Amino acid sequence: MTALHWATLSPFLLAILIPFLYKYVRKIHTGWFVLLLPITLFILFLQYLPTTSSGLVVMETIAWVPSLGINFTVYLDGLSLLFALLITGIGALVVLYSIYYLSNKTESLNNFYVYLLMFMGAMLGVVISDNLIVLYVFWELTSLASSLLISYWFHREKSTYGAQKSMLITVFGGFGMLGGFSLLYVMTNTFSIRGIIEQADVIAQNPLFIPAMLLVLLGAFTKSAQFPFHIWLPDAMEAPTPVSAYLHSATMVKAGIYLVARLTPVFGGVAEWFWIISAVGLFTLLWGSVSAVRQKDLKSILAFSTISQLGLIMCLLGLGSASLYVGFEGTETILFTTATLAAIFHLINHATFKGSLFMTVGIIDHETGTRDIRKLGGLMAIMPITFTISLVGLAAMAGLPPFNGFLSKEMFFTGLVNATQLDIFNMQTWGFIFPIVGWVASVFTFAYCLIMFFKTFFGKFKPENFDVKHVHEAPIGMLISPIILGSLVILIGFFPNLLTHSIIEPAISAILPDQRFYLDIYHWHGINTELLMTLGVIAFGTMIYLTAKKWMQLSIYLRERDPLNYVYDNGLVGLIKGSTKVTQMQMTGLLRDYFAYMLTFFILAIGYTFIRYEAFAIDTVNVAPISPFMWILVLIFIAATLSVPFIHHRISAVIVVGVIGFLIALFFAVFSAPDLVLTQLLVETVMVVLLLLAFYHLPELRKEKFTPRFNGVNLIISIGVGVLVTLTALSSFALSNQNGLQPISDFFLENAYKLAGGKNVVNVILVDFRGIDTLLEVLVLGIAALGVVTLIKLRMTGREDV
Amino acid sequence: MKTNNVMLHTITRIVTFIILIFSVYLFFAGHNNPGGGFIGGLMTASALLLLYLGFDMGSIKKALPINFTTMIAAGLLISLLTGITSMFMGDPFLTQYFDYFQLPILGETELTTALPFDLGIYLVVVGIALLIILTIGEDEA
Repeated sequence: MTALHWATLSPFLLAILIPFLYKYVRKIHTGWFVLLLPITLFILFLQYLPTTSSGLVVMETIAWVPSLGINFTVYLDGLSLLFALLITGIGALVVLYSIYYLSNKTESLNNFYVYLLMFMGAMLGVVISDNLIVLYVFWELTSLASSLLISYWFHREKSTYGAQKSMLITVFGGFGMLGGFSLLYVMTNTFSIRGIIEQADVIAQNPLFIPAMLLVLLGAFTKSAQFPFHIWLPDAMEAPTPVSAYLHSATMVKAGIYLVARLTPVFGGVAEWFWIISAVGLFTLLWGSVSAVRQKDLKSILAFSTISQLGLIMCLLGLGSASLYVGFEGTETILFTTATLAAIFHLINHATFKGSLFMTVGIIDHETGTRDIRKLGGLMAIMPITFTISLVGLAAMAGLPPFNGFLSKEMFFTGLVNATQLDIFNMQTWGFIFPIVGWVASVFTFAYCLIMFFKTFFGKFKPENFDVKHVHEAPIGMLISPIILGSLVILIGFFPNLLTHSIIEPAISAILPDQRFYLDIYHWHGINTELLMTLGVIAFGTMIYLTAKKWMQLSIYLRERDPLNYVYDNGLVGLIKGSTKVTQMQMTGLLRDYFAYMLTFFILAIGYTFIRYEAFAIDTVNVAPISPFMWILVLIFIAATLSVPFIHHRISAVIVVGVIGFLIALFFAVFSAPDLVLTQLLVETVMVVLLLLAFYHLPELRKEKFTPRFNGVNLIISIGVGVLVTLTALSSFALSNQNGLQPISDFFLENAYKLAGGKNVVNVILVDFRGIDTLLEVLVLGIAALGVVTLIKLRMTGREDV
Repeated sequence: MKTNNVMLHTITRIVTFIILIFSVYLFFAGHNNPGGGFIGGLMTASALLLLYLGFDMGSIKKALPINFTTMIAAGLLISLLTGITSMFMGDPFLTQYFDYFQLPILGETELTTALPFDLGIYLVVVGIALLIILTIGEDEA
């Protein structure tokens, strides 16, 4: 166990202690104990910064299931470290924020912090694992922890609905991802990401390449809320705001981004990867930003905004992957690596400003009791600090200078414009779509930022809208975290190169190994296309906001919920209804039907085997001659058997069955089996007596004429079974002839007297050669007798009708 | 009206003995001729059934105070013990032994451990046949 292993597992270990701390140290808010951990981890991870920025990696392995190639391998490079720092850094800020957000008195903090720590550990595990199975384990743990946190207020119906939805969607994707990982294992025989990247050339030739890619992307897209799997994210906003800030903006939803970035060296460089990721990302970007404009709840706006920004990052990762196709020859690569740079840079920026925005929204919710933009207004003077932080965050999100969002948005535009110049993957034809869609989405982004800003802080203050009597600024403790994040927004905005070489560069070289790139982020790069696009965004975005009165009357604006929710809801209901119907259809509760199923299956299985192996055979070589007496016997036998279904009286049916039994005894006599004749006669007699006894006891009320129901299906099934059994018998007879098998009976005939001292071979077999069968059969008889006694003497009430 | 089944009673008394003797013959003959524990047991059971049919159940129970459940258990136990005995000799379970002896009245006779095994089966079969039929027959509900 190295420091990194301990670091990954430490949140789980601390989670064990939390309930005790909560129960026995009531005076101190449990969050303070939790806070120490992410701070420590953050400092720990910072110490690895020099290592990764000089291009080195840390890799440590602990055997977990070595026989299956599953080892807990930690692998820390630029990308992992970036995510680890985000997780622990924002984790610390969120814990600090939650200490003031959640009350020590009214909330069950033990649950909250256990889930939160579980999530933190799982997330660290995801980004730090080199082994795909370990990654998957942690991946599902994040889904689980996320659902637990969404349903933290489990008495609210919407919380549990949101938790269930996120669980179903992310676990669905997770299973797909596991399938993809398994396919990767099939192709490479290793679960290690390093090992798989080394064999990337081999994989690309494999026919399983595309299925594996699609399945892995399914996991990434569901987790990162890409279209059409984004619908769980807005419903996850029922979680407490610290959770939304942490999970649903800064960390968990970026797990999919991480996965895509991490596996780019494996899958990148092919047209499918490029197009799927870029196109889905681009469409999510547009869809999210357009949907965000329609929302009336601050957190819903932020949720759709997150969806849209994740789409942006995803799209950039897709564009950047093209450089793997081109290789590292020539100056062309700069065109593509810009996109990856923009993705990583925007990832960091988004985590900072979205975190702070969620926290300010949480403050507004906490202090006013509502998040509805139709009720809010005029909070600027009342909450000046919150207002300032929101201004910074929203400006960064909208992409205004001098904040960091501006820089990443400019780079985003650069990437999109560069995309039009590509001459691979059909980009000559379709490349123009990228800048147009990206630009339109940015206009909407700008618009919803304006809406959030003006509707919340400007206008008239209407105290009658709020449940809280005295609306005021939040306590300082709640403000610390958003202030820090807001400061980071400004800091990165002014000194963008601060992070370039220490964090961004190693991260990019992890995504695009062997690429040369030149990184310099600066504000002013002359008047170029990107700047003009930004100006256009500002102009059109403002126009949209100013004409808000008109389009807000449109029905599309009034319908808030994402139309895909209908698909999900109806799909879920339909699934339940459909499966209920299927179950009701087949589980009729009638033994008759189950018998029909079993026999139908029997017919199909045996019939298929006959046809598949051409097993049917008739052999008349060793057939014995049939005497006229046998013919007569057989005819009587058949006549008696056929008459049974047509007998309309139970007692007569019993007697005919008895006749059949005695005929069988006669057959035994003809085939010279005296012991069987005796036994058959006696057993048949006893059985008829028993049946008559049983019928004598049939209940009085239901004494009705017994008429067997004629049923075509039953007729076909019974004929089918009869024919197949006959064919089987004939074929196996022919088979035994062909094989010339020596029957074992010769041995018994020879040795019955020699070895067992008996002349009655049947009896000798029964009691000597095969004595144990007899013993157990007698045991069966004994059990049957005791069963009869039990059934009759101990009458149970409430018996099940069959 | 109470019928007087003199004929039935008389014939039953005679026939039962014949059947019983025949069943015992079947039982002993099993090793060398058709017969054996199973058939002998069923035959004995039918003789006893005839008694139950000919006379009323109460008096037969008084005359033959047999607990058929115990009979089943005893039969199983005898069969099992026969099997286990061979294990003490160092042979596998249910190894049967036989030898020829000179007995006072019967002359040279073959004695085999298959006989007690068959006896167990005989007892179980008698027990179950009667137990089932009597239980159902006595059932008043």
